[in-house]
Amino acid sequence: MNVASFMQKRPRGKVHVPTVTLAHGGGGKAMKDLIDDVFVAAFDNPLLAPLDDQARLELAALAGHGDRLAFTTDSFVVDPLIFPGGDIGKLAVCGTVNDLAVGGAVPRYLSCAVIVEEGVPIDLLRRIAGSMAQAAREAGVAIVTGDTKVVNRGACDKMFIVTTGIGTIRADIDLGAHRAQPGDAVIVNGVLGDHGAAILCARGDLALQTPIESDCAPLHDLITEVLARAPDTRFLRDPTRGGVATVLNEIAEASRVEIEIDEAATPLREEVRGFCEILGLDPLYLANEGKIVAIVPPEEAPDALAAMRAHPLGADASVIGRVIHGEAGRVAMRTVLGGRRVVDMLVGEQLPRIC
Amino acid sequence: MKYVDEYRDRAKAEILRREIEALAAGIDRADGRPIQIMEVCGGHTHSIFRYGIEGMLPKSIELVHGPGCPVCVLPMGRVDDCVAIAERPGVIFTTFGDAMRVPGSKKSLLQAKADGADVRMVYSPMDALDLARRNPDREVVFFAIGFETTMPSTALTVLQAEREGVKNFSVFCNHITIVPTIKAILDSPDLQLNGFLGPGHVSMVIGTGPYEFIARFYRKPMVIAGFEPLDVLQSIWMVLKQIKEGRCEIENQYARIVPDAGNAAALSAVGRVYELREFFEWRGLGSIDHSGVKIRDAYAHFDAERRFAVPNVKIADPKSCQCGEVLKGVLKPWQCKVFGSACTPETPLGALMVSSEGACAAYYQYGGVKRRSETSVRVGAV
Repeated sequence: MNVASFMQKRPRGKVHVPTVTLAHGGGGKAMKDLIDDVFVAAFDNPLLAPLDDQARLELAALAGHGDRLAFTTDSFVVDPLIFPGGDIGKLAVCGTVNDLAVGGAVPRYLSCAVIVEEGVPIDLLRRIAGSMAQAAREAGVAIVTGDTKVVNRGACDKMFIVTTGIGTIRADIDLGAHRAQPGDAVIVNGVLGDHGAAILCARGDLALQTPIESDCAPLHDLITEVLARAPDTRFLRDPTRGGVATVLNEIAEASRVEIEIDEAATPLREEVRGFCEILGLDPLYLANEGKIVAIVPPEEAPDALAAMRAHPLGADASVIGRVIHGEAGRVAMRTVLGGRRVVDMLVGEQLPRIC
Repeated sequence: MKYVDEYRDRAKAEILRREIEALAAGIDRADGRPIQIMEVCGGHTHSIFRYGIEGMLPKSIELVHGPGCPVCVLPMGRVDDCVAIAERPGVIFTTFGDAMRVPGSKKSLLQAKADGADVRMVYSPMDALDLARRNPDREVVFFAIGFETTMPSTALTVLQAEREGVKNFSVFCNHITIVPTIKAILDSPDLQLNGFLGPGHVSMVIGTGPYEFIARFYRKPMVIAGFEPLDVLQSIWMVLKQIKEGRCEIENQYARIVPDAGNAAALSAVGRVYELREFFEWRGLGSIDHSGVKIRDAYAHFDAERRFAVPNVKIADPKSCQCGEVLKGVLKPWQCKVFGSACTPETPLGALMVSSEGACAAYYQYGGVKRRSETSVRVGAV
């Protein structure tokens, strides 16, 4: 019997207390029990099971899927931990899966590092680990290595998660922010701003009751469909913090082109529109967690749009604008009224206007 | 969205645009100068930029973005006072989101928060009062800011706190009044304005009467305007029509919200809680007589200025700033020496770069570089 199969068969530890204490970060039996009972039980897969200091991935298997590795990391500190449409666990998996997928990569493996504040209920940790496991299954990735730290009360806000991901990129895929050309279409796969609005509402200090849910979802499958139908797609990006406005500014800058969007064509949920009207926020700057902005050459735009609309995560896909000659680095908007204005990068955080 | 989309209709906007063009063409401009219309209120400035209204107007009309952004005109010394209160041990300092980034002479409230002060964003003074109820061992201070629009809600909160006997709640009062400020602008010798878009939500409280002197003594037309883009376009059309017909009147385009007599309940609360200050310092405009209010003696225990010793140091505006000239319409934002170089939304020197409703910040954010150069050529050519 080799060591790995022995480890897989060893009895799993169990946690018998209701909350996380500093003992669970001490490196001893309590920590082993926590990792076993909460994380290994949820993430269960043969690469994780030996619980070595590293997961060992076979190069030959990866090399069969492409000619480059995509490698990314992201940290998740969302408040509240659980919100309509998801929780920090689902977000931590989808966020990193999407960061790989928008580079044209097929996501393969994730790591998961969790920093927990003492006093957090074990059941909450279980729930978060459970939703990470479910999101990983849906995204077709395995969480193969991880780390757990427990910090003093007040040293972090309940729980932070860091995920790192590896994916493989096919040799024929080449996406880049610098590749946008005049004439290209700007396409999004659905209504904008849901995640940002859902989180602001869920914090509870607005006293606004809304049915808005986060759009948090893994996008690799949708992206595979888009790239199959529109192989010359120039660039993809998930408009998370800073929203669509920020992504478009980055593209306009990198490609030295102007981008003009049409306000009337920008898909928004009525509730999000109303929410933004009340608070004086601009939905173009709100975060999304299940959306992509695609820059697609004009001849492939109808196919890209059709591919999105045929996918469950793209039913409301829409061409929101075009890349034009004009002034390099500028994003402009044709307003609903017929006027034209500049859509700039946000300076800081969006702050509600007072009157 | 109901009651919103109706006021953003593109076809109706186009009709109004054509009417405005025709009307402007018929107005005699013997000196060749553009017709200058000032929108007093920051909310209008925001709408004008948000919907690209300026670019839809004929070149003969120039919009001048007035002083009606309460965040912008707050002097640095007052922000320093806020920071001093916020940094006292035991204080929870509450503020509208807009005011977080306004720079003081040393730091903004955002920086004070990062340095450890307990600064919290609220959406209403009632939220601040609620914090006071829930934290009886802390001093909760509300940073009261704004024109007559927000003045009644602060007053009603003070009256509510009085009724409940809440002891740990106070207000740092920076409320300002619009009428003396319009008068100060009208008295300025380099003034070239031809008419005004009057503030909508201020007028909802004070009514239309207080503006009569503008038409009667200064012979300028004013139209009290709503904030949706069609409101703004229609109000511009109404101002032009007055100019064309040689009338100077206070007209009310925003009658769906603004009653001519104002709101009696709000005015009564305002009268009970506040009295006029002899003068108030404005960023960019200097000291203006009777342009601010303070809390009456009867409610002194709710007055943070009396409850805490504040430094109350007057800090002069940076010399390079030309906010005053921009506010009066003498200069366009991009004609200011420091616009976009030393003064940007990230590092605002002047009042008008501070809030998204400030004229300079709006130009910077929504106007873009090319538009600025186009427009300056246009102005130069007139």
